[in-house]
Amino acid sequence: MSSETLKSNTTSPIETDILIIGAGPTGLFTVFEAGLLQLKCHLIDALPQPGGQCSELYPKKPIYDIPGFPEVLAGDLVDNLLEQIKPFQPGFTLGERADTLEELEGGKFKITTNKGTEHIASAVAIAGGLGSFEPRKPLLENLEHFEDKGVAYIIRDPEYYRGKKVILAGGGDSALDWTIYLAELAEELTLVHRRNEFRGALDSVEKVQQLKNEGKVKLITPAEVVGLTGQEHLTAVTVKKTDTDELSLIEVDEFVPLFGLSPKLGPLADWGLEIEKNAIKVNNSLDYQTNRPGVYAIGDVNTYPGKLKLILCGFHEATLMVQSAYQRIFPDKRYVLKYTTVGGVTGFDGSKKEAPKAVVKKIE
Amino acid sequence: MDIRIRIIDRNGEDHWVDAPVDMNMNLMELVRSYELAEEGTIGVCGGMAMCASCQCYVLKSPIELNEASDEEEAMLSEAFYVKDNSRLGCQIFIQPELDGLEIELAPES
Repeated sequence: MSSETLKSNTTSPIETDILIIGAGPTGLFTVFEAGLLQLKCHLIDALPQPGGQCSELYPKKPIYDIPGFPEVLAGDLVDNLLEQIKPFQPGFTLGERADTLEELEGGKFKITTNKGTEHIASAVAIAGGLGSFEPRKPLLENLEHFEDKGVAYIIRDPEYYRGKKVILAGGGDSALDWTIYLAELAEELTLVHRRNEFRGALDSVEKVQQLKNEGKVKLITPAEVVGLTGQEHLTAVTVKKTDTDELSLIEVDEFVPLFGLSPKLGPLADWGLEIEKNAIKVNNSLDYQTNRPGVYAIGDVNTYPGKLKLILCGFHEATLMVQSAYQRIFPDKRYVLKYTTVGGVTGFDGSKKEAPKAVVKKIE
Repeated sequence: MDIRIRIIDRNGEDHWVDAPVDMNMNLMELVRSYELAEEGTIGVCGGMAMCASCQCYVLKSPIELNEASDEEEAMLSEAFYVKDNSRLGCQIFIQPELDGLEIELAPES
């Protein structure tokens, strides 16, 4: 089945017990705690991969305050969390941003993403960190006029650039990687960067150097795009050499600024939740419920007196929040906390982890 | 011991604040501790020179500041509103010699 038909077949909403918005460490660990209570989870994240900031911003940086880990790389922490929650088979909607929250009859919620994917859940856990990562847009007049008409901040389909005149801007990994990729596809490829130095993996830098030497890529540095020209669609950009202030007009079909991502609270801010200092207010440390019953906020995205934005605090909040969600989903069930050492971990995939039983046998 | 640092916030308001030299604090954290920029708009990466949300302009410094590291330079090379006197606040640590330092926060981007 091609991915196209798969897409069109998934028009019925994704159903789950707890819908988690944000697949950072807090969101991921929520799956584990919910799984212990036999609650199913599904995660939505605007980024194409799980891990949130840990994966996007600093996968190679060490963290020293995860209990039990004297030192762990952020990327490894995410890998470990994914391994830990695997038995609970979480679903993922990645590369999509949760846009609307609607309350349905019977106390359920419907969450729809910017791409129209619908999710229905009994409880919603917003573990959105600082918000969804959005591309940082350069400060250019009439930039918005040309969005999707010659200007894009994310390359979704490289084939789209085949045979076109393309100009990229930026000096980081994504600018280098796309330069290498598009060199083969584009009719003409130019890379503009404000410095002469590029920041990226050594082999990417060397590869771009090689492409430049072969004449497959035109490099303009130190320079920046300062103007956009065109009627309906972009036809040219003005590039300014920042050392000489010299301006040149370059004919292009497509301009792709790649200046990284920055988190924005975005549509969450319009969900009728109490917001304070760019964070969602919760009922202190009871169960991290927001002013909308059944909607929780955990991890860096929430605020309450004494709040600390630490991964370890997010884990704690997730654990308490899941208990409350359980009560909401099963108001009549009694629940007694069971240690994993005692009860083991029973996955939805049929896996079972448990402590080895001691043998009781007489020694003669 | 505290030193005095002048911070012009993003609304153009002028503040002289006391800054502790014994807490291993940087300028980004100083701004946050006095809430001179809205939470969530400064120090996004937590001080790893991996975002430019704490970019500031150094208006006047009593001493020559430590040179920007490669990481900081690289970040500034992709940031917006960058000027010759731009620095990342998280990379400038408060020390006694900085008494009288004057900075202005760069616009949010």
